[in-house]
Amino acid sequence: MKIAGKTLPILLVAAVALVAGCAKTSQSSGDVIKIGVFEPMTGANAAGGAMEVEGIKLANEMYPTVTVGGKEYKIELVIADNKSDKVEAATAAQRLVDKEKVSAILGSWGSSLSMAAGPIVLDAKVPAIGLSCTNPLVTLGNDYYFRVCFIDPFQGTVMANYAYNVAGARTAVIVQEVSNDYSVGLAKFFTDNFKKLTGNDACILSVLNYNTNDQDFTAQLTTIKSLNPDVIFAPGNYTESALVMKQARELGINAPFLGGDTWETPEFIDVGKKLVEGATFSTFFAVEGATSGMSKTFVDAYKAKYSKEPAAVIALGFDGYLLAIDAIKRADSLDTVKIRDALAATKGFEGAAGSITLDANGDANKSAFIKTVKDGKFTYLTVVNP
Amino acid sequence: MTIALFLQHLTNALSLGSLYALIAIGYTMVYGILRLINFAHGDIFMLGAYLAFYLVTLALLPWWVAFLVAIALTAMLGIGLERVAYRPLRDSPRISIMISAIGASFLIENLATVLFGGRPKGFVVPDIFSQVLHLGSVSVVSISVMIPIFTFAILALLLWIVHSTKVGMAMRAVSTDIDAARLQAIDVNRVVSFTFGLGSLLAAFGGILWSLKYPQLNPTMGIMPGLKCFIAAVLGGIGNIGGAVLGGFLLGFIEIMIIAFLPNLTGYRDAFAFVALILVLLLKPSGLLGKNQVEKV
Amino acid sequence: MKKKTNLILSAIACLALLALVFVADKAFGNFTLRIFNLCAIYIVLAISMNLLNGFTGLFSLGHAGFMAIGAYVCALLTMSPAQKAMNFFLSPIVPVLANVQIPFVPALLAAGLVAAAFAWLIGTPVLRLRDDYLAIATLGFAEIIRVVITNMQSVTNGALGLKGLPKYSTTWVVWSVAALSVIFMFALTRSAYGRSLKAVRDNEIAAQAMGIDVAHVKIVSFVVSGFMAGVGGALLGHLMTTIDPKMFVFGLTYNIILIVVLGGNGSITGSVIASIAVTVLMEALRFLDGPLNLVFVKTDGLPGLRMVVFSLLLMAVVIYRQKGLMGTKEFSWDMFSEAGLFPRRKNRPEGEGKGAGKC
Repeated sequence: MKIAGKTLPILLVAAVALVAGCAKTSQSSGDVIKIGVFEPMTGANAAGGAMEVEGIKLANEMYPTVTVGGKEYKIELVIADNKSDKVEAATAAQRLVDKEKVSAILGSWGSSLSMAAGPIVLDAKVPAIGLSCTNPLVTLGNDYYFRVCFIDPFQGTVMANYAYNVAGARTAVIVQEVSNDYSVGLAKFFTDNFKKLTGNDACILSVLNYNTNDQDFTAQLTTIKSLNPDVIFAPGNYTESALVMKQARELGINAPFLGGDTWETPEFIDVGKKLVEGATFSTFFAVEGATSGMSKTFVDAYKAKYSKEPAAVIALGFDGYLLAIDAIKRADSLDTVKIRDALAATKGFEGAAGSITLDANGDANKSAFIKTVKDGKFTYLTVVNP
Repeated sequence: MTIALFLQHLTNALSLGSLYALIAIGYTMVYGILRLINFAHGDIFMLGAYLAFYLVTLALLPWWVAFLVAIALTAMLGIGLERVAYRPLRDSPRISIMISAIGASFLIENLATVLFGGRPKGFVVPDIFSQVLHLGSVSVVSISVMIPIFTFAILALLLWIVHSTKVGMAMRAVSTDIDAARLQAIDVNRVVSFTFGLGSLLAAFGGILWSLKYPQLNPTMGIMPGLKCFIAAVLGGIGNIGGAVLGGFLLGFIEIMIIAFLPNLTGYRDAFAFVALILVLLLKPSGLLGKNQVEKV
Repeated sequence: MKKKTNLILSAIACLALLALVFVADKAFGNFTLRIFNLCAIYIVLAISMNLLNGFTGLFSLGHAGFMAIGAYVCALLTMSPAQKAMNFFLSPIVPVLANVQIPFVPALLAAGLVAAAFAWLIGTPVLRLRDDYLAIATLGFAEIIRVVITNMQSVTNGALGLKGLPKYSTTWVVWSVAALSVIFMFALTRSAYGRSLKAVRDNEIAAQAMGIDVAHVKIVSFVVSGFMAGVGGALLGHLMTTIDPKMFVFGLTYNIILIVVLGGNGSITGSVIASIAVTVLMEALRFLDGPLNLVFVKTDGLPGLRMVVFSLLLMAVVIYRQKGLMGTKEFSWDMFSEAGLFPRRKNRPEGEGKGAGKC
């Protein structure tokens, strides 16, 4: 035991050192531009992060170079895992701007992680492009953070309109993930708009909360059953929402379920199976609603590589990358301040998920697509323009 | 609140409570023997579920075979865990073994993330478990009816083992006084391994039942259930198997009934369990069915 | 003679540290500086946990809760009204807090005091519980605190968190606090009070029989630890300039436990060394999560491998070398002479030299 006590830690250190020696080091030789990918690869948000990285990597495969000042540069992705943890996120972002000296940063999934990187990119004057983070605070007051998606106030409005106009609802119940800023924000904007549309302050019958990682919602749902709302708005993460809907249907609640973009993942249907039929939500991208040539290019390339339909955030990852190199091209310079200025001036950029025009805050004015689950697949319903 | 509504809430509470009860039994058994809060119990629970999932989807075994094999494998993993992480520390201060347990817990969770990936997976639920039954105005899923039956069956089985078999007597001896048990020529190591195996078996069984009811697997799925089931065990009297069952039902009841009557507090749901724990620890630390233990110097 | 040499050596070391901080502040790149400052904050946190765990023998898992309290109090007191208005866009902040803005040092002290107050409230009922129950009870309180923070939208901005905290955690600030904590701890543990702490740790009942007011000792220890944890949390918040409830989960407490165990439960020096080592290692081992090219097997990125290594390290230490790096020993200049680095002093009894070489 004593011998083990002394040798085991040494063995461990030696093993790690050996791996360190053999590890692939990023060699930057010649003309390379680095783009930082700032995503959660582990931790609670790993699924979302993995999807965005898929989109970014696909775009990098298809468009691996950019020409600046007459010279062609190879684009290298530097992936920094922020571990779905805020402290780590700040360190990861710092590493990207300081050590790796990236020209632009893409990410992160999860607004709170993006907010951790905010002050760092602002200080370092390196522009960052958020892909699917919808909390307004990410870009508010930060000239160096942009995003290629719409923000929660718009999304909440879209769903409220849908509930009122299409679903014909006059009363609603909200089931929100109280520990998730995305869910709380979206719920609030839905509430405000729904109240305006119905002209009735009491149209929201109840707001019920749950926490991340909860699995039993029967108590909240039984209460909802007794209230008998016309529609249920449950803008939580797909992980819990699939279970919420499943348990609701098992309890005999038949009201339609409305949600947000986080629902569009294969796991949502995998977990909910037949019971999530009819779930309707707003999202950033729809294969059928795709109008531009870039959408088709993206979908074809993705299907060729993965033999399945892409989720919305993958398209956003794709767009983020393309926008970044487009800005570098327009700036015609490697100076990050100039790249930032070019980004801010983006108008009508054709991305896979629609046309991107960035407003004064750095947010994209984009259409929302309404999709629903039909026959076990995500089916496009309609598009809502801003 | 109407009667129908109340009955539905009650059904939900019983259903949740019975699941907590089942898992709490495993916790309480291990604690009774080793005086150890096995922080890794929730992670063993998770491993059982994942093993069952992979045996069905990758090894393509029929579900009942897969479940049994998964439970057996997890029991062996539990025994292995005890041997590696807890046995060397048996004579060390309690803090060391607790830290080892916490370390083991994090290790298993991160290992699971590395091996299985962080994205959640949908559990394969055979149709027999997902039928929705309607008893009057109350809706309940078939698995939710089976779980209490399993819980009580296991309770009966365990009480029989503990009180009517030699191994059970050895377990009781070790849990009363480990040194005296040694002096009685009881192979303490074997008894502890057996207890751990049994506890892990129950954890795996609980994990599979949990996944049948809440069909979503992810590497951290065992943390909250683990904590809550430990609280349930403490509520009922830690070390007492009947107490664990009682505590489980009580906890399920508290969680659901408070929300039923005070829907404004839904966001604080997790906190109820901890408040209940603290109240019990302050007012009656030995739990509802526990005996007060005098510490001799 | 001996004492004077020690004093001179210590003075030189202090000057060296001052110089290091000065150089770091000027010359380190932002990334290195961030890691450097994180080390200091973890030193404060590790020492506060060591006080409880190593010196008083109380296994508390509630650190993250006190850090959260400290961080939020300091943030709410130092943010400008404009920043607050921007942050609280979902529901306005309670009027009492809307226009409050006080300078950093009073806010930092307030953060520590509020955390200490909560420690007192929580500790009074909970500290008479046994080790494992104490652990779970304190864990429970940390979770309750987090759940409450998440739900009190109009006070803490709930899940949205706060952003735009003023950047008060500069290199000088964090390292001064770290240095103060170390000095304070040394003073505390060398004092008579420190001896009663250790007596309680070693054998509570014997200590009680000796006339030590065990309950009093425990609660003071808990409150002081809570104060330091609150200060540490506030410093962390101002280093990140953004906080939210999800930061203060059990995983944060786990990191600190890791540091304390690796450094030696009961050694201040150990905590300091381990804080720096672990913080640096966390970053240095980042490559483990990326694509690896071992000679015989290639992986395309195994996220999570880094934490697996850390957990293995923790368990290896706790099972095979429970004392951690330093055990309960503290740093002394004699260590160097024992290791043969300094010339041996004359007039020291031979036995002491030989015997003191073992750990």
